[in-house]
Amino acid sequence: MDWSRREFLIGAGAAGAVSGLLSGTALAQTPKRGGTLRSIINPEPPLITLGASQLLPTVTIGSKFHQGLLRYSFDLKPYPCLAKSWTKSDDGLTYTFVLQDKATWNDGAPFTADDVVFSTGKLLPQISARWRPAHEHVESVKAIDAHTVQFKLKHPFNAFISAFVNSSCPIMPAHIYDNGKDFLSNPATASPIGTGPYKLKEWKKGSFIHLVRNDNYWEPGKPYLDEIIYDVVPDSAQRVAAIETGRVDLVQSNDIEYFDVPRLKQQKNLVFTTKGNETLSPVAWMDINLRLPKFQDKRFRKAMMHALDRQFIVDKLYFGLGKVANGPIATTTKFYDEKALVKYPYDPQKAIALMDEMGLKPDAKGVRERISVLALPYGEVWTRQAELVKQQFGKVGIEVTIENTDSAGYLRRDSNWEFELAFDYLGQFIDPALGVARSYLSTNIRKGVFATNVVGYVNPTVDELFAKASAAANDEEAQKIYSQIQHIISDDVPVLYLTELQWPNFYSTSVHDVIVDGDGPLSDFSGAWKG
Amino acid sequence: MTGVLARVAFVSRRLVKAIVVIFAIIVLNFFLVRMTPGDPALVIAGEAGAADQKFMDDLRHEFGLDQPLWKQLAVYLGHVAQGDLGFSYRQRLPVTQLIADRLPQTLLLTGTAMAIALALGIAFGTMAAMYAGRMADTMITVLALLVFATPSFWLGLMAILLFSVKLDWLPLFGMATVDSGLHGLALAADIGRHLILPAVTLGLFFVAIYARLTRAAMLEVRELDFVRTARAKGLGERRVVVRHILRNALLPVVSYAGLQAGYLVGGAVLIETVFAWPGIGRLAYEAVVGRDYTVLLGVLIITSIMVIAFNALTDIVYVLVDPRIGSTG
Repeated sequence: MDWSRREFLIGAGAAGAVSGLLSGTALAQTPKRGGTLRSIINPEPPLITLGASQLLPTVTIGSKFHQGLLRYSFDLKPYPCLAKSWTKSDDGLTYTFVLQDKATWNDGAPFTADDVVFSTGKLLPQISARWRPAHEHVESVKAIDAHTVQFKLKHPFNAFISAFVNSSCPIMPAHIYDNGKDFLSNPATASPIGTGPYKLKEWKKGSFIHLVRNDNYWEPGKPYLDEIIYDVVPDSAQRVAAIETGRVDLVQSNDIEYFDVPRLKQQKNLVFTTKGNETLSPVAWMDINLRLPKFQDKRFRKAMMHALDRQFIVDKLYFGLGKVANGPIATTTKFYDEKALVKYPYDPQKAIALMDEMGLKPDAKGVRERISVLALPYGEVWTRQAELVKQQFGKVGIEVTIENTDSAGYLRRDSNWEFELAFDYLGQFIDPALGVARSYLSTNIRKGVFATNVVGYVNPTVDELFAKASAAANDEEAQKIYSQIQHIISDDVPVLYLTELQWPNFYSTSVHDVIVDGDGPLSDFSGAWKG
Repeated sequence: MTGVLARVAFVSRRLVKAIVVIFAIIVLNFFLVRMTPGDPALVIAGEAGAADQKFMDDLRHEFGLDQPLWKQLAVYLGHVAQGDLGFSYRQRLPVTQLIADRLPQTLLLTGTAMAIALALGIAFGTMAAMYAGRMADTMITVLALLVFATPSFWLGLMAILLFSVKLDWLPLFGMATVDSGLHGLALAADIGRHLILPAVTLGLFFVAIYARLTRAAMLEVRELDFVRTARAKGLGERRVVVRHILRNALLPVVSYAGLQAGYLVGGAVLIETVFAWPGIGRLAYEAVVGRDYTVLLGVLIITSIMVIAFNALTDIVYVLVDPRIGSTG
């Protein structure tokens, strides 16, 4: 049977459901042409071309120029973008994509299969640390005809269809970049050439980034907006004032500090949503340096989990945004299985009992263990979390010293295993094989490299299961294996799970269809309109 | 002729000294910057949220960070000697261009702020001195103390809340209206409207200092003999205050203004951040966070050159204010 065809149909169905839902919420209004969407970009990105950088503000801007083969709905089903349709062979080794035949680059050149072959086979393997994990499984990629591309895999890898998010795999113009020269020094990298609905008009460094409508855009009638202006506003109080007074129509991702959220939610002229980061699904935890003797007893790691009131973090520090994270796979990522998880409710007595059982007795000062915690230098909410951990661990006799540094210092220490506990958060990229496995595979323990298995977790069973899961014949089979993985890892506690992060997006009631899928503010805004 | 020669010798001595100072600043800063933990490759990898060894190695190789440190310093010094400040790792642009884009904005902001500070500061200081011990003096002194003690970013935020949010008189942030199509005077007026709040906020702190400096110096000078002589000659009060007391009281103000001018180039980070003003302070701050070594070093070199230049300028202004300094030195 044509399983892949079915998956595609499900995908297309989901896309239909998405647009159905949207027209429902917009009271079936028809989109209006024209108008300027004003938003904020913070911090100002160093680059606005996708491919080499996946920095959030880079993708926020770059996604308006560069598109991927697929888009992903809120529930992570792929739906068409530059690929009209796709099929997967029964052996799971061949993926065939049929491309849009009306699409052009904004310099007028036609978009063809050669662009896809060049981007996925040549350019991105060189420059994108996010595409490379998927590319490792590719045997070959070739153009069947001008608008059909075929990938042959070395072995079945069912996360492949989830690897085409435009931030990980943007399709770049071969006629511009395929000249053997360095990607970053190419003039097009400063003045992007893409298939997307908008073009760069002006980037005034330190002030604003001004996008205008691509009049030759390939989706009929789109985009609806004439312009998008992103103001660079480095001060958070100013950003709040800007959305509050209507100077901007949209704030996204990390623009608004959590403590301002409850107040902004009261505003009648603003729509609030945390949807639109499903493809990223960042999860926060504390890395445990498992190489240190003090962390080797699993009971101590479990005791630390019980000592943490994570619901308090969600309620009081994130003002209700986000969820308690219970295991390696986020609730918004594929193959999450709540039933498989070993859970650690807040229970200081149990934490104390576990340490007593281990023989970890309090000394004269009531201290059972001393730990240093490396805080994340990404703003107020992380500083508060470190303070909270200090306080809550203190209650069960674990004395915490907080270590502060800036982001470069943090990255160096975390990557080089110079920590005892370290706050951390990583995106999950739709499929556990892409965003989750990297933190637990013993083959991915690589000193000096960020976002690897920095804790030094080694479990051969887990290694084997991850390999089996990503090669599973279908989702049902993969689900079984991922459920096993979730059980084992949540029981092993290689990291202390904290929260699933949600970002507050606010937009004016006069703008519509800005947050339409799992990419949220990082989608191309081809259907966004004002009126 | 000997006077000219002496002057040439003096200027060249100053120049050599300046070059040595700048060289020392570069070397010192080079090592200071490199002593900070982490490097641009790591920051870029961290921002990507994903990395592998190849990615990091490629970046380090491209940035030249895989070379021995002394070699990197030698290459850098060679480039600086030719007026080339290098290439930004993060922004993919020549550092000279990045700085040239930002420096005028900062100079506009800090220059305006300094003009406001000097004008208001000297005026208030003079008034306070003239009415010393009376109501006006007390009010000015208390106000100056209050402004002096208030953090300027907070003052800025409050000013934004009042004038931009509540009253809607002035723009919220930025330096000009985006894509306004304005030219000439209309554009200048637009920039002026954007400039008022940040310049006043930045200037107020110094208004307080200048007012106090002027007041103290004037109170001291007005007791001196030549002032009494001037009064005895029958000069009007106005002329005595302006020509005799104020002019002599200005020296400490000028010295301080010279110091402040150097500080203003790099010291406006907070105000630039609060008002989203696209200046060099923010560029430097972002370079620190991103470990963009070349940009940071470039800014440090340019600001130290500015400080040296302002010092020289202060010396000249001294001579203008007080001719005695020129004749003796």
